[in-house]
Amino acid sequence: MESAHYRRMAPPHRCDTRKMLAPTPTAALRVRNLRKTFKDVVAVDGLELEVRAGECFGLLGPNGAGKTTTIEICEGLTEADSGDVELLGMRWSTDAAELRQRLGIQLQETQLADKVTVMETIRLFRSFFRHGPAAAEVIALVQLEEKANARVGGLSGGQKQRLALACALVGDPDFLFLDEPTTGLDPQARRQLWELIERFKLQGRTILLTTHYMDEAEQLCERVAIMDHGKVIAQGTPRELIVSIGVEHMVEFSAGGAAKALEMQALRRMEGVRDVRAENGTVQMQVTELHRAVPALLEELERQGVPLTELRTHSATLEDVFVTLTGRHLRDE
Amino acid sequence: MSDTTAVPEIRAREAADKMPRERGLADHALVQLTLTRFREFLREPEALFWVFIFPVLLAGGLGLAFRNKPADVLKIATVTPELAQSLRQDKLLDVQQLSAPAAEEALRTGKVALLVEPGALTGTVVYRYDDTNPEGRTARMLADRAVERGAGRVDPVAARDRLMREPGSRYIDFLIPGLLGMNLMGSAIWGMGFAIVDARRRKLMKRLIATPMPRHYYLLSFLLSRLVMLVIEVGFLLSFGIFVFKVPTRGSLADLAVLCVVTSLSFGALGLLIASRARTIEAASGLMNLVMMPMWIVSGVFFSAQRFPDMLQPVIKALPLTAAIDALRANMLQGAGLAHVSSELMVLAAWLVVCFPVALKLFRWR
Repeated sequence: MESAHYRRMAPPHRCDTRKMLAPTPTAALRVRNLRKTFKDVVAVDGLELEVRAGECFGLLGPNGAGKTTTIEICEGLTEADSGDVELLGMRWSTDAAELRQRLGIQLQETQLADKVTVMETIRLFRSFFRHGPAAAEVIALVQLEEKANARVGGLSGGQKQRLALACALVGDPDFLFLDEPTTGLDPQARRQLWELIERFKLQGRTILLTTHYMDEAEQLCERVAIMDHGKVIAQGTPRELIVSIGVEHMVEFSAGGAAKALEMQALRRMEGVRDVRAENGTVQMQVTELHRAVPALLEELERQGVPLTELRTHSATLEDVFVTLTGRHLRDE
Repeated sequence: MSDTTAVPEIRAREAADKMPRERGLADHALVQLTLTRFREFLREPEALFWVFIFPVLLAGGLGLAFRNKPADVLKIATVTPELAQSLRQDKLLDVQQLSAPAAEEALRTGKVALLVEPGALTGTVVYRYDDTNPEGRTARMLADRAVERGAGRVDPVAARDRLMREPGSRYIDFLIPGLLGMNLMGSAIWGMGFAIVDARRRKLMKRLIATPMPRHYYLLSFLLSRLVMLVIEVGFLLSFGIFVFKVPTRGSLADLAVLCVVTSLSFGALGLLIASRARTIEAASGLMNLVMMPMWIVSGVFFSAQRFPDMLQPVIKALPLTAAIDALRANMLQGAGLAHVSSELMVLAAWLVVCFPVALKLFRWR
């Protein structure tokens, strides 16, 4: 699994440190009963959110769940049909100019002008803000020094995404919105971007990011909200959410052509097994105790005379949380 | 480490206050936006071609094709040396003395326009030519004059020629102000239209309005860059006309500058209106052609707008390109001041005043 490559648990002390330093966490963003309908499609349906100051909060969900609409309403780019958004203690209706100065925004699918260089682009964006670091500093921050005088059109996908991040950082923002920051990037570029985002987190900025990569959310976010059909269906730290589904491990195996002959009921009856699904010749089992379930599984397969061609186990992830809550995969279109 | 990360926001703000950055005029948002406009334009080779090279090529080509040539020398033939001698007195005739059959052959195949033969009686002459051919008729008149004078005719009235070939009345003089107007229209509408629609299509416009950038700065930057480009553009075409074709500029250059600026603003507003909602280059492109094409034809770029029926004249006069070109021609060719072109200026101002607010009202920022 590609995701296994990335799974690196966040140092456990990080959340704790923040809690210690900020004993009464104040909300940087509070969203209440948000609704937005496009023609006859309900994009956001009574959404509730609270992002604490200094945390990185992930809005996780499949494509079309309403993540982008939600984040764009929070960014003041789309108007909600109803509901309330309070951002840094301010509201779009009354404090738009001040809010714009204090937000860093990265949109999905922005193509910056191709003929302009990296440095020129940053200077342009920098000129809109009252405060902020010099253009060269921001470029160094996103590690694009070597490309400072290169035209935007010649950058790779990862470099363009880093430039977009730089454009979001030029105003030294208190609140950073990142809409699918790594979508479409190759694994190495994603990792590099993650490292950059990690670094900004250490500077105490509040971040709201949307993603449909559960590994990204697990890697970067202190807390996440899982969205589906315009609603938040679960909210908490990645660990809490994973614990909430009551399974800690997933066992996956393939039995080649013999999979159809499997007696699924026998597998379900095994000790420590919560649920069993078969999909495209692969069987997936939710398991509470790995050390008991695996030997039992091997024994059962032998009894049924089914040859095992592949066996994998992994700790439960946010993807599994999503599958458990909705019966669908995050990346199902 | 923990105490340095404790209050990072405050720390960052303090740092910013302690070292107030040197932010000169170059870092003003409007300057940066305008600079970006220039960079995008100047780094687009096609745009440079259409704005600078194309009008000059057009002016050069048309100026060459329609140049006023001195009257052609006419080729005629004759058969006797006496006739040939009298005929050669006229500089506009190229006389060949041929044998009778050769002369006849030359006339029949059109190598000569006229054949002059002695008549059957002495003291008479016969002109053979095709009277439907203007060259033939002209040649006959010239040849007859030469023959009569050669025989001793004295004209009762002494006549003298004064040739009029000075700049101001040639086709190129008519053309250059026309091209100037067309160029002002094209670069304002294309320049604004494509840049705006492209920024919208790329969602760059949406990204910009997500910053504190004042929206009117964005539109102003187009205007400012247009005005600077104007100087270069107009200067280029005008100096080509002046130095290569000696096209006159009889009006004051300051008035000409005012006319160019008003024209450019007016077309800029029209361009803004065209680009106010389109989301794709194709849609914008179609709209631009729809707006500009009729004006290329009826507004008198290449030939006088007077050629169209009188019934259409009020409509044609109300078009911004007609007004612009009429005013430019009046300034350059007749030396008219701004007061003389006030009706044209009113037309241009009306387009500006109508299009700009409508465009702002309709403008789609995302």
